[in-house]
Amino acid sequence: MQNIILLAYLGAAVLFILGMKRLQSPATARTGNRLAAIGMLIAVAATLLQQRILSPVEMIGGFVVGAAVGMLLARRVAMTSMPELVAVFNGFGGLASALVAGGEIARYLSVEPGGGAVAQVAQSMAALAPLDVPEAITVVLCILIGTITFSGSFVAFGKLGGHLSGNPVSFPGMRVLTVLAALGALGAGGYLIYGAGGSFEAMDMQAIMWGALALGFLSLVLGIFLVIPIGGADMPVVVALLNAYSGLAAAATGFMLDNTALIVSGALVGASGLILTSIMCEAMNRSLLNVLLGGFGGDNDGGGPAVEGARPDLTVQETSVEDVAIQLTYAEQVIVVPGYGMAVAQAQHQVRELSDMLQAQGVTVKYAIHPVAGRMPGHMNVLLAEADVPYDQLYEMDDINSEFGMTDVSLVIGANDVVNPSARTDKASPIYGMPILDVDRSGTVVVLKRSLRPGYSGIDNMLFYHDNTRMLFGDAKDSLAKLVAAVKNL
Amino acid sequence: MLSNLVIFILAAFIGFEVISKVPQTLHTPLMSGTNAISGITIVGALVATGMIESPWAKWIGFAALIVATINVVGGFLVTDRMLQMFKPKRRDSKEPSSNAA
Repeated sequence: MQNIILLAYLGAAVLFILGMKRLQSPATARTGNRLAAIGMLIAVAATLLQQRILSPVEMIGGFVVGAAVGMLLARRVAMTSMPELVAVFNGFGGLASALVAGGEIARYLSVEPGGGAVAQVAQSMAALAPLDVPEAITVVLCILIGTITFSGSFVAFGKLGGHLSGNPVSFPGMRVLTVLAALGALGAGGYLIYGAGGSFEAMDMQAIMWGALALGFLSLVLGIFLVIPIGGADMPVVVALLNAYSGLAAAATGFMLDNTALIVSGALVGASGLILTSIMCEAMNRSLLNVLLGGFGGDNDGGGPAVEGARPDLTVQETSVEDVAIQLTYAEQVIVVPGYGMAVAQAQHQVRELSDMLQAQGVTVKYAIHPVAGRMPGHMNVLLAEADVPYDQLYEMDDINSEFGMTDVSLVIGANDVVNPSARTDKASPIYGMPILDVDRSGTVVVLKRSLRPGYSGIDNMLFYHDNTRMLFGDAKDSLAKLVAAVKNL
Repeated sequence: MLSNLVIFILAAFIGFEVISKVPQTLHTPLMSGTNAISGITIVGALVATGMIESPWAKWIGFAALIVATINVVGGFLVTDRMLQMFKPKRRDSKEPSSNAA
């Protein structure tokens, strides 16, 4: 029996890996996700088999409530709000791990010193062994990582959804309090471990209970303190990092319960989250430490110390819808550079309409996607996919940068910092060294923008003043609709 | 404990290998999908909910079961919803000379 369950867990783990492998191509990704879901079903079924149904009402009730809420969230969410949803799910994952650890603690507390309840425990399916020091360490890790993931994710959710200020929040003594909370959590964890022992008689139940409660509370506070000073622009990194944490929390739970399915899945998710975190950091040319220390980048356009048109000594060249329409129609290759501004204006559909018309005229249209376009890794790609842009027209930064030199027109829609040439040339610029899309190398750059305000980082963009740059001011959706009409009339 | 650590490290290496090859286009579904996988904690929640000897353990497990199920069901569904939107180039727009518009 035990072997069958272990084999089932192995099968689930294999399905998770195969499922993730199929995510290497959009063509096979959907079946990959299903394989992973089947793996999960197998793991759950095996566990039910092992536990037998001890409390069927609670189990079915838990499934029904959880599935209903999950379905509702998954169906309802707008694609622009995907980062918020992922943050919430991350948080729930962390909370589940912490709660499972709490359940373990509660089991020990039900054992009376002297072995009064041990006979009762023996009736239970999973026999309770005394909490020894190694296991106590896993319990501490489980509560610590799980709870930090939970509270940190909900702060990230609040910042992403605009429920909390996206600006870095800080107050005097914040760093000190964070360090104190971290030390306190370590102390509480140490107290819990101190209560562990090789036998029930040797265990200090009071220490275990109070240690666990204090640890949970301090981890909750710590999660809030760790995320709240980080600016809205850095949230993609934070969400990716919390993704890794939720995996590590699951792995810690696996160590605690001696369950290989949890350990393997947790390790996979942890690896995934760490890879995405490092990709995001590289794309912004910042170290993870620099992001975590916070204080960089506000939530909205002009969050920095910026004033409109920060360089009054330079002039920009404005253009008109008609001129752009002619340039686009007679171009051989057009590269569209979408930024989050396009998503905010909900202009994806107009972009796709325009590119369809241009393609019908024989123009090659490509999309250049910067890794930090959007509010989470790959977010822009999902938004464009929703607008029916075929994925083989989307190009990653490294694949398309060499093509700008051969491109007649680059259309920059709601993107700013990711096309700022100062990142290449100006050593004094705060974004110097950040990899950018080299739109300035194309024949003409048309920038669709509301005004000359700088982007997230509050840095003026010299691209706007280049000789080959034309500004098309106005709401992106509006301008694009006019462009579509103008191209149609040519 | 030690053999668990071995499993953990090896699984992490497999994860790095497999996931570093996932293209940027699919990073959002990757995150929501792996998120659903991290809901594997549901297994631990089931174990805890089955703890009849302690009502506290049972109800804490019940709460864990709800949030883990939200994570699993919601995660897989929303990933599927995203992935079904990813389509290759339509046939009619493949030829630049076609007049699809």
